[in-house]
Amino acid sequence: AVLRQQTFDSLDEKPQFPGASADFVDHLEFIQPNVISGIPVYRVMDRQGQIINPAEDPQLPKEEVLNFYQKMTLLNTMDRILYESQRQGRISFYMTNYGEEGTHIGSAAALSPNDLVFGQYREAGVLMYRGFPLDLFMAQCYANADDLGKGRQMPVHYGSKDLNFVTISSPLATQIPQAAGAAYAVKRENANRVVICYFGEGAASEGDAHAGFNFSATLECPVIFFCRNNGYAISTPTYLSVLFSNGNSASERHISAGVSRSPSPRFRRIGHHSTSDDSSAYRSVDEVNYWDKQDHPISRLRHYMTARGWWGEEEERAWRKQSRRRVMEAFEKAERRLKPHPELLFTDVYHDDPPHLQRQREAMWRHVQTYKEHYPLDQYEQ
Amino acid sequence: MAAVARFLQRSAGSCKATIHNINSVLLCRFGGVSLKLVPSCDSHLKIQKRHAAHFTFQADPTPTQHGQTQKMNFFQSITSALDNTLANDPTAVIFGEDVAFGGVFRCTVGLRDKYGKDRVFNTPLCEQGIVGFGIGIAVTGATAIAEIQFADYIYPAFDQIVNEAAKYRYRSGNLFDCGSLTIRAPWGCVGHGSLYHSQSPEAFFAHCPGLKIVIPRSPVQAKGLLLSCIADNNPCIFFEPKILYRAAVEQVPVEPYQTPLSQAEVLREGSDVTLVAWGTQVHVMKEVANMAQEKLGVSCEVIDLQTILPWDTETVCKSVAKTGRLLISHEAPVTGGFASEISSTVQEECFLNLEAPITRVCGYDTPFPHIFEPFYIPDKWKCFDAVKKMINY
Repeated sequence: AVLRQQTFDSLDEKPQFPGASADFVDHLEFIQPNVISGIPVYRVMDRQGQIINPAEDPQLPKEEVLNFYQKMTLLNTMDRILYESQRQGRISFYMTNYGEEGTHIGSAAALSPNDLVFGQYREAGVLMYRGFPLDLFMAQCYANADDLGKGRQMPVHYGSKDLNFVTISSPLATQIPQAAGAAYAVKRENANRVVICYFGEGAASEGDAHAGFNFSATLECPVIFFCRNNGYAISTPTYLSVLFSNGNSASERHISAGVSRSPSPRFRRIGHHSTSDDSSAYRSVDEVNYWDKQDHPISRLRHYMTARGWWGEEEERAWRKQSRRRVMEAFEKAERRLKPHPELLFTDVYHDDPPHLQRQREAMWRHVQTYKEHYPLDQYEQ
Repeated sequence: MAAVARFLQRSAGSCKATIHNINSVLLCRFGGVSLKLVPSCDSHLKIQKRHAAHFTFQADPTPTQHGQTQKMNFFQSITSALDNTLANDPTAVIFGEDVAFGGVFRCTVGLRDKYGKDRVFNTPLCEQGIVGFGIGIAVTGATAIAEIQFADYIYPAFDQIVNEAAKYRYRSGNLFDCGSLTIRAPWGCVGHGSLYHSQSPEAFFAHCPGLKIVIPRSPVQAKGLLLSCIADNNPCIFFEPKILYRAAVEQVPVEPYQTPLSQAEVLREGSDVTLVAWGTQVHVMKEVANMAQEKLGVSCEVIDLQTILPWDTETVCKSVAKTGRLLISHEAPVTGGFASEISSTVQEECFLNLEAPITRVCGYDTPFPHIFEPFYIPDKWKCFDAVKKMINY
């Protein structure tokens, strides 16, 4: 058989490979990553809260900026109290958000409330911005009967259907391809909403991150990937884990709250990784102090507000007192509350409880009735 | 494909070889095509005759309660179920590797043309992405039907299935779920699939609360059970015995119908031994029952388990209470296979009724081999021998 071949104009010879669109080159040259001078870090204000380029000033109204500040500081206050309560053994585990408050509030403010959020575990500020009550933060950490998650997950694994914040899970990066899928479905709904997906730079090394970025690009999903590049994945510094720099935002909408617009915001994790971690074992106290004292999102925004006469020492004192009182009230209430009914151990495994789980639940009760003095029944709802 | 066939014809031309597809055309990930070569003359080239199929498909009586029926093979009944779903559920989408042109096993032929490229589409080659993506779709409430090209390649998605899909509802206190997700995957031995086109991984998933695992034995069952999986409010894994894709042909209702999950089916009543299997192995068991009747005068009750998780203990235990003997058979390796679960449960429930040890006839504890497949699989002779020994116990 005569093969029909495409004819080429020798004067205009271009590669015909289906896998890429490119020109030929006649010399061997490897493409070198530019790690010395990376993608620039976008900033709107300097460390003293001064707007650098007026054309980029989002001109946010005073009430909105005050709200940002109050949500960031409220989160900070909650972090301090819950961190201490873990040290005292009152809750089993905690993860603070120190130094990353700006990324949460800034990005959350740029979204609409019905945009769907997938997170990792260090994005409590997004929930705080959306109005998740202190009582429910505490209920989840204490795993009491008010917890929407029915006390099944470790502390800081928050979720809220009403606030479109998908429940957090521990396995890293699994939410990334899920966010792409949700964005695909949202696009088909034609509901004019987007999905945002947060993850740390350490999680970006997982295969699921590769999956999620590739799927969202090839399937054209309206998703914002928001990478919190805080320099450390527990003890592993960024230069040892990943040189990740671009979050590939497929969304028309961008983060425009003025706190940060970089696709992969650069900042430092100021606290320990979690309450099970002592970060002084692998990083210097000086480094942490620099970020805490001189380049903190809260202090930067406070400088900005002070310069405009929107905030002073008096307001600061009053707000500190008020926010501390609110957190303590919620804290004490959560601590007094009973744990959920033990039968909730068996529900929601499936949509309906299958017969074998019903049998196991009955068997547990028979056992617990016989040996009740060996179980902490008084701490649970009956 | 045509080019490969031409090549094979030329190379075997001296002995007038005929080439025909056996039970299925196995299109591998790497694009190869496995074809069966049956020489019709004595061959000095020593071309070996392939081992005959290890089972004979036996169609059930045509169902009458679901209206008009049509002759369909197994893959056509899958297409029919998917077609019904896309027609009735505007949120439903089908995706995976190579599903757009119809799939490497032809299960999605015509669906893209009929329903649009936003509803039937290819994904990048990444199983963890496919399942994660499917979970995300299901979290919004839309119906997600993901395909994993071979059950052998489902393990990259194990984390998304076990840690995520199965636990979504529980861990969120029922705030979120991925109940509208179904994962389909070709499953089981195929004569020449070797290590990575033959596996039966159901037991890995049976240890995971929150999932449903379903395996049909025939086109009629496949359509009814797949539609049940898709409609079910829990993430389901639906394994399709790929050796049946073309081999199994019967009358299948054209309209949608559902076959209930977690319900075993007694296919043949008997009084001496209970035989439990699923997928292709059900057909092996039916033959064993015939052989036992003819050669030993033994009456076997044959049960198709159909749903691996949550499984129908009641039907199985009721049968064993009557017969007093139980043989369980599956292609997967014996150690940690699902037969262990059935066996220990029946032993707990039917201790006073059992007259012989429960017997498992399964694959050996080896990887699934290429040229040794005829010796590896738990065929009717191995099962028959086990029945004989149980009766004489």
